Amino acid sequence: MYDVIIIGAGMSGLAAGIRLAYYGQNVCILERHYTIGGLNSFYRMAGRDFDVGLHAVTNYAPKGDRRGPLGRLLRQLRFKWEEFALCEQRGSMIAFPDVSLAFDNDIELLKSEIAAKFPGKSDAFERLLGSIIDYDDISDDNYAGSARDILGETLGDPLLVEMLLCPLMWYGNARETDMDWGQFCIMFRSIFLEGFARPLKGVRLLLKNLVRKYRELGGELRLRNGVQRIVHDDDKAVGVVLDSGEELQARKIISSAGWFETMRMCGQPQEKLEGSPGVLSFIESISVLNQQPRDVGFDPTIVFYNDSNKFHWEMPRNEICDTRTGVICSPNNFVYPGDVQLDEGFMRITTLANFERWTTMSDADYQQAKLKWYDQAVASAVRFIPDFRRHIVATDMFTPKTIHRYTWHDNGAVYGAPEKRLSGETHLKDLYICGTDQGFVGIIGSIVSGLSIANRHVLQAAS
Amino acid sequence: MTPAEIREEVLDILRDIAPDDDISDIDDAKPFREQLELDSMDFLDIVMELRKRHRVQIPEEEYTELASMASTVAYLEPKMKDL
Ligand SMILES: Cc1cc2nc3c(=O)[nH]c(=O)nc-3n(C[C@H](O)[C@H](O)[C@H](O)COP(=O)(O)OP(=O)(O)OC[C@H]3O[C@@H](n4cnc5c(N)ncnc54)[C@H](O)[C@@H]3O)c2cc1C
Repeated sequence: MYDVIIIGAGMSGLAAGIRLAYYGQNVCILERHYTIGGLNSFYRMAGRDFDVGLHAVTNYAPKGDRRGPLGRLLRQLRFKWEEFALCEQRGSMIAFPDVSLAFDNDIELLKSEIAAKFPGKSDAFERLLGSIIDYDDISDDNYAGSARDILGETLGDPLLVEMLLCPLMWYGNARETDMDWGQFCIMFRSIFLEGFARPLKGVRLLLKNLVRKYRELGGELRLRNGVQRIVHDDDKAVGVVLDSGEELQARKIISSAGWFETMRMCGQPQEKLEGSPGVLSFIESISVLNQQPRDVGFDPTIVFYNDSNKFHWEMPRNEICDTRTGVICSPNNFVYPGDVQLDEGFMRITTLANFERWTTMSDADYQQAKLKWYDQAVASAVRFIPDFRRHIVATDMFTPKTIHRYTWHDNGAVYGAPEKRLSGETHLKDLYICGTDQGFVGIIGSIVSGLSIANRHVLQAAS
Repeated sequence: MTPAEIREEVLDILRDIAPDDDISDIDDAKPFREQLELDSMDFLDIVMELRKRHRVQIPEEEYTELASMASTVAYLEPKMKDL
């Protein structure tokens, strides 16, 4: 009998596991995949290391800053700041056809860009900053307000609204078209007020630290052990049945598998549930260059591009991908200490994709589609950045199918379902959800989610 | 434990929670929050550490007793004097 079973060894599950094991709970993490990390994993192919998730860690804070999410989670996990080895971005950009806005980890740059490119809008932007800083993500009043409406009213400039929404939706909006005001504020702070950073060694460094700590504390991790079913006794969750048929018991269960996915494990029919799973999934085209991206003229860390004045944040319905908007990221373009660099140049381009179409084609068509859409995504991106195609020495691509294989999330939805379950509670006693569908997304967000659910529903409840 | 030992123990817990912080010149009379920027999650940590190390139980409605070093030591003294 375990004190706590955690479903999923992604960022949120590992964080919850560390927290509970630290306080002496007998914890077991069950993971269906053969490796840890979930959406934020890594793989090795043809002698090269690739990251699946991680463009950048958001919520950057310098050493000693204790207020923000990064400081808080380091404290909670008992990590030293140095152990995450975060190196700041060089600088990023929002690129639309006629205007671009540069930003970095100091909000002053964005302010000056807005002053220069949207004359007369500085005061309005200051007012917006004020309401974002005042937004209280604990009491979540007006969480569900329309970010588009509030931005429209505050800024009075449609293009500026689209440009600000673009990076924030790309890095954390599960809802099509509009964004919840609360989620907008959380993402705004994490990107514009705190900022981007990355460890030189990428996501594997973070994952290795997390899993090492978890094991040192006596936590048990079982890979290739998917949960088939959650067992309950009346209205209380009491254990799980694994894919192998083995049954395990626990006093409490925390699931990071997603809300709808977890409800199905409880035998709840989908049609009886409110809301619907998310639909926004991605492809990513990865290009390896024989030079540093900087030497081929690509300086920024991340470019969020959109090829018209209207930003469309929707699942593509006519085509299998939508390359009108995308994210271009080079993991080389962070400020690594002592000018150390990755051995090769990497350019990663993420665009929107249709899960259903990608997962129902034949194998041959899938291989074809990968080639075609790799080309299209890169062709679309080089309208906004120097053309790097002559320097490519290797390529890879991942699709909604890949994302599904790493996470089992419905529709390969990167940010989960549009309706978040902030309390983490379910219809069953002693069953809670954490991670993507609880409320916070991204690397830092999902770690914070795992910690807060472990605190609230296990540690605090016991005292 | 004597009050001085309890104080030392609380300092040790704070050091654990905030390894990057300098807590050597903490003012016992002032709230922790003003000096260390502790949030509610951190107070849970102090409570959990006391339980883990000394099996001291602190009910949730009494977390407020842990506002400053002076109030924490006074509150813990009867609970920890026999340890
Ligand atoms: C292409 C891409 C780029 C990204 N870039 C960034 C970025 O730059 N910065 C950033 O902060 N975030 C980024 N993210 C988002 C970030 O990866 C996620 O928000 C975060 O990792 C979610 O963590 P999680 O623990 O909530 O969920 P997951 O990582 O999905 O973890 C869930 C785990 O549960 C397991 N599981 C599911 N069902 C079962 C079952 N029945 N039994 C056992 N195990 C099960 C899954 O295999 C998985 O390991 C990116 C994501 C993608 C896809």
